[in-house]
Amino acid sequence: MSGGVDSSVVAGLLQRRGQPIVGLTMQLWNQRRLPELAPEGGVTGRCCSLDDVYDARQVAQHLGIPYYVVNFEAGFEEQVVKPFIDDYLSGRTPIPCTLCNNFIKFDQFLDLATGVGASRIATGHYAQLRFDDASGRYQMSRGADHSKDQTYFLFGLKQQQLARTDFPLGAYTKPQVRELARELGLPVAAKPDSQEICFVPNGDYAAFIDAYFRERGIAPEETQGEIRDTEGRVLGEHAGVHHFTVGQRRGLRVAAGEPLYVIATEPASQRVIVGRNEDLLRARLTAKDMNWISIAPPISPLRAQVKIRNKHAAADATVTPIGNDAARVEIRFDEPQRAVTPGQAAVLYAGDLVLGGGWII
Amino acid sequence: MRRFYFDHNATTPVSQPVLEVLVSALLEVPGNASSIHQDGQAAKQHLEMARRETAALLGCEPKELVFTSGGTEADNLAILGSVRANSAPQKHVITTVIEHPAVLNPCRELERRGVPVTYIRPGPDGAVDPHDIRRALKPETVLVSVMHANNETGTLQPIAEIAAVAHDAGALMHSDGVQAAGKIPIDVRELGVDLYSISGHKFYAPKGIGALYVRTGVKLRPIQFGGKHERERRPGTENVPSAVAMGKAAAIAQEAMSVESSRLEILRDRLETGILLRVPDTGVNGCAVIGGGAARTANTSNIYFDGLEGEALVISLDLKGFAVSSGSACSSGAVEPSHVLLGMGLAPERARASLRFSLGASNDAEQVDALIDAVAESAAQLRKLSPTYSYLSDSQHV
Repeated sequence: MSGGVDSSVVAGLLQRRGQPIVGLTMQLWNQRRLPELAPEGGVTGRCCSLDDVYDARQVAQHLGIPYYVVNFEAGFEEQVVKPFIDDYLSGRTPIPCTLCNNFIKFDQFLDLATGVGASRIATGHYAQLRFDDASGRYQMSRGADHSKDQTYFLFGLKQQQLARTDFPLGAYTKPQVRELARELGLPVAAKPDSQEICFVPNGDYAAFIDAYFRERGIAPEETQGEIRDTEGRVLGEHAGVHHFTVGQRRGLRVAAGEPLYVIATEPASQRVIVGRNEDLLRARLTAKDMNWISIAPPISPLRAQVKIRNKHAAADATVTPIGNDAARVEIRFDEPQRAVTPGQAAVLYAGDLVLGGGWII
Repeated sequence: MRRFYFDHNATTPVSQPVLEVLVSALLEVPGNASSIHQDGQAAKQHLEMARRETAALLGCEPKELVFTSGGTEADNLAILGSVRANSAPQKHVITTVIEHPAVLNPCRELERRGVPVTYIRPGPDGAVDPHDIRRALKPETVLVSVMHANNETGTLQPIAEIAAVAHDAGALMHSDGVQAAGKIPIDVRELGVDLYSISGHKFYAPKGIGALYVRTGVKLRPIQFGGKHERERRPGTENVPSAVAMGKAAAIAQEAMSVESSRLEILRDRLETGILLRVPDTGVNGCAVIGGGAARTANTSNIYFDGLEGEALVISLDLKGFAVSSGSACSSGAVEPSHVLLGMGLAPERARASLRFSLGASNDAEQVDALIDAVAESAAQLRKLSPTYSYLSDSQHV
């Protein structure tokens, strides 16, 4: 329970079904760390803030269910925050929510829930799950509310994780969920949605990384470098590769006759390569560490719609498995796609069905 | 579901006789103890009766007792009040790393105001060595503060020896007795302390009442400012009903102490033996062998369960109806590893894998046996899923 509307409604729905439930909130990040990010001596970020824990506790009390805050700070820092920073420094643009889902929420947290006697966990994700008798697999499909669909972040879940998971909101739209919250009399019914990365205040992940470096005694110069164009000409300097992601236009501060975009970041040389919008178009990509959800690992090429970032409209492509168990795939889009970004995920869909996904390299 | 409460070091329920005097004081003694009329005099009379009863628990004169809102205020008043009352230009304070936050945080506040503080570590058994205190003393040391009984392990500190060492150097001696009062016999004269804090709700009085013993002659400045209550050491209208309740609880505790503490010790040992026999890879923190280790309060046991998270075990037991505790709650309510266990030199993994069981009036042998069964079941269930524990057990086969 995050203290938000979605997970609160999940608790209310399950309780209405008469199932004995326990509310849990993950404490993931110490809000008192990195105080320079705090607005006015307050705490940083939104994640695990005392206000949210207060809200979650209020909901649990309203429903009359046992409620606990469980501490995953150490695991979160190792498995999510450090890889998140490493990715930026290695020229990739990470998805911390997926790392958290794979290694914390549906792993350590699921184990804790099982350990204290829960048969399943339920979360407020907008995604749908069903067991398919024909294939013997748990199949995932997009949430009924496509604008809220969160399957892009859930592509890493394995069958044994899905077997112990419920997404009770998958069939609802957000307005319906708010309506349910009011109907259930939940004290958070009118609470605004949150969008940003939970531990990064105001979405300014670069400022977060800078502050984390200062805490660790890493000098800022270590990440500074040149901005070059695709021909290798030096156009300027930048304050750190972690300030840039592929396709970004803002913050380059170089003068040029036409709009320039980040084409790539090169960690070894700390260079940021910029070019024209057309230079961002790619017709193919390779994805690694593929996790197959709704289908067994394919042995021959298949057609799918592929999303290369959360807000991307899935594009038609041919997906060719490479190696054993299709652990890697080559994806050829029918039409070139803008800003294929290493570190993001390529998630494969057949209509609403989530076939699987992997990491863009 | 029946609930069994094994967290008496966190707080205790108000006992029936205490409740009765509390309610009757609320109903029948409505006056302000500082008023000069007869209603005020009646309240004052009840307040002083409570002061005598509470003083008897500590072996001090009633006038040496200042009522406070609880243990935290008593500790703050003792530390900040005595250091501020000392006009020496250079001041220094000694305490230990295993103190309650109600002592540690006033000390940090002193540091922020330019008074250096030395934090002594205990030995692996949790006991502070008076020699370490002696070595830390400086000519400008004005106060030594060492808790009497630790809240997490129950370890008793050699307060009398430490007080003698402090006095040799001309420093005052404060002891946080919150976890000792009502559990072990206390005589502040024999202990030789100058300041001693207690809290009512740890011995079956209500929350929100405590007291500070201030030896006659010890200079103390108030830390809050207001009226002339409590001999100008603690302003605020006296909480007569709660003081009366604490006085009653003190009298009951004193009378029952020897019988009750033997009873609890038998139950505590039954619990420890049961868990250590039934659950592999466990041990009592601070005791290298069963029955070994430093002296401790009869009701407290702190046990490690290698390879699992104490937090998960607390939740699992809670859902089975048993209230126990692990570490300390941070502001969100999540559990942080105990600074006491870390201070004793436990590895962070073992500190996180530790539970505190603290027994009290409501517990009996049947409950203890039920708790042992529940702990064995929960630990086995959690360890099945623990990557650290499979690693531990695998490595034993190598």
